Amino acid sequence: MTDPVIELAGVTKDFGEDVVTHVLKGIDLRIEAGEFTALVGPSGSGKSTLLNLLGLLDRPTGGKLRVLGRDISALDDTELTELRGRSIGFVFQFHHLLPALTAVQNVLMPLAIARGRVTTEQREAAIEGLREVGLADRADERTMRLSGGQQQRVAIARALVGRPPLVLADEPTGNLDTATADEVFELLRGFNRRLKMAFLLVTHSPELAGRCDRIVTLVDGRIVEDRAIDH
Amino acid sequence: MPIAVFVALQFLREGKTASSLVVAAVGVGVTVIVFLSALIGGLQQSLIDKTLGAQAHIVVRPPEERARLLRIDDAPSGTIIASREQRPAQRVRSIVGWQRTMAELAQDPEVEVVTPVVAGPGFAVRGTASKSVNVLGIEPSSYVQVVAIDDRLIAGALPSSGAQAAIGSELAADLGIEVGDKLRLQAAGGRTELFTVSGVFQLGNREVDERWVLLTLRSGQTLLDLVGGVSSLELRVRGLFEAETTAVRLAAASGLVADSWMRTNDQLLTALRSQSASSLLIQVFVVLAVTIGIASVLVVSVVQKRREIGILRAMGMSRGRIVLVFMVQGGVLGMLGSIVGVALGIAVAMAFGSAVVDARGAPLFPITVELPLVLTAAGTAIATGLIAAVLPAIRAGRLDPAVAIRHD
Repeated sequence: MTDPVIELAGVTKDFGEDVVTHVLKGIDLRIEAGEFTALVGPSGSGKSTLLNLLGLLDRPTGGKLRVLGRDISALDDTELTELRGRSIGFVFQFHHLLPALTAVQNVLMPLAIARGRVTTEQREAAIEGLREVGLADRADERTMRLSGGQQQRVAIARALVGRPPLVLADEPTGNLDTATADEVFELLRGFNRRLKMAFLLVTHSPELAGRCDRIVTLVDGRIVEDRAIDH
Repeated sequence: MPIAVFVALQFLREGKTASSLVVAAVGVGVTVIVFLSALIGGLQQSLIDKTLGAQAHIVVRPPEERARLLRIDDAPSGTIIASREQRPAQRVRSIVGWQRTMAELAQDPEVEVVTPVVAGPGFAVRGTASKSVNVLGIEPSSYVQVVAIDDRLIAGALPSSGAQAAIGSELAADLGIEVGDKLRLQAAGGRTELFTVSGVFQLGNREVDERWVLLTLRSGQTLLDLVGGVSSLELRVRGLFEAETTAVRLAAASGLVADSWMRTNDQLLTALRSQSASSLLIQVFVVLAVTIGIASVLVVSVVQKRREIGILRAMGMSRGRIVLVFMVQGGVLGMLGSIVGVALGIAVAMAFGSAVVDARGAPLFPITVELPLVLTAAGTAIATGLIAAVLPAIRAGRLDPAVAIRHD
């Protein structure tokens, strides 16, 4: 049996020194390869904090967090950064593209960061990535000239170009109209089916959550429900 | 292309206006450094050339004559003898064994050329006019390597035979003499000789042009009654500004007196040093202002680009690479500024050279921008850019990616 992509055991996260806020209060969660999971919960329930921990942007205060079988408490900052670059793709609500770069330059960025340099092969891989999201013809366009939906697709191509085993998407459709949101969701779903990558989607939309394989509900720093959806 | 350079160039391109303004500011700073250094360098070179145009780097001469003190061997202890030593009048004397001394001086690694000179006072007489002059007997072939007087001849040539003399332009004018005319010289000792003027020189130094009469060494020795002797050995050394150290060493080794141009022109030297110091001070302040300029733009850039930095970190870019991105920006701003500044500095120096001219339209002094100056100025600008970038770069590297991404 292979390691789960993500495994959390009794993970806690506190903020503050004098006045301590307990944001996550003992999270147990396993995400297997190829799972398409929705993370839902009211504002302030700790979704973003959990996403930061899963994305290795932050470290837990207590408990065990393993990514691809590696205990992250044993990794130093450099190893953590390297693991993050290699194994996690991010899609944010506000796409967070680099405005100075063209679409193709944005997409090749994770590959270039991993290699330490920008090469022509990376450009070809990035154009291929843009083709997968239907934007190959806009490769050399500055991202600020693209529509909101197109920008989000570029962000998806960027998150997937390195074929990371886990993709974290923080309300990827939150800023889009219903039709575009639906397109973007189907795009992610298609990648998940085709490439067997694990996806964790934070969403406020019960309709979109219902189209995932599994829904994890977070309330007040605790997982109150974790159920599989039978389609 | 390395990823840090790629991102740095994109960041600079994105903030085009700020980048252009900083490049302009660095450019102005480099212009000031290049122009000021060229100006001060040219001015100092011209002053030194004028001073050393009529002067050897080091003059070695016999020690001054002193009166012998009476020896009192049997004075009881505790007795204080108050004596007054009367300084004897100095006469023209020869360096004892000067050929040997000259050979020894020539052996010194710092010494390039040694030339023997016999010098003494005299009168130049023509008709009823007479002028007090300084008679110098020289070996023209080696003397011109120490004092480049052959470049300053305005007519004729230096004396090549015993019956010839070259005189200063003012003296020629005062006595109404031209090349080929006769001139009678009378030494202080009373000896008189007749010479044919072979050349007229103009050193631009009134004292010299009015008083110097150059003869061959042998004629000078005869006229000044110092047959076979020389009153001084004049030297050209390799290190112009080490002349005083060399002089002290040569004096100690030979037991003679050695005066360097630095000691005989200490006022000029003080002026040159003050000039260099004030120029350096101006340059330090310029560099400081440029550093602050670059640093402030990069600090603002770090704040503006928090989110981008966060995204890059999320995509796996290490802290070190983020630091490098900002260091490269500093270096590139410095480099572009130095290109602008060097070009502008050369243009201003050339414009100054053609605008500040004497009555004949020739530049007042040479102002040249040389390669070492260009490289130093460019190196300073790039180093300044890098130093200015250190703090903003460290700040950028320390940004917490989770916080930076949330920042809007």
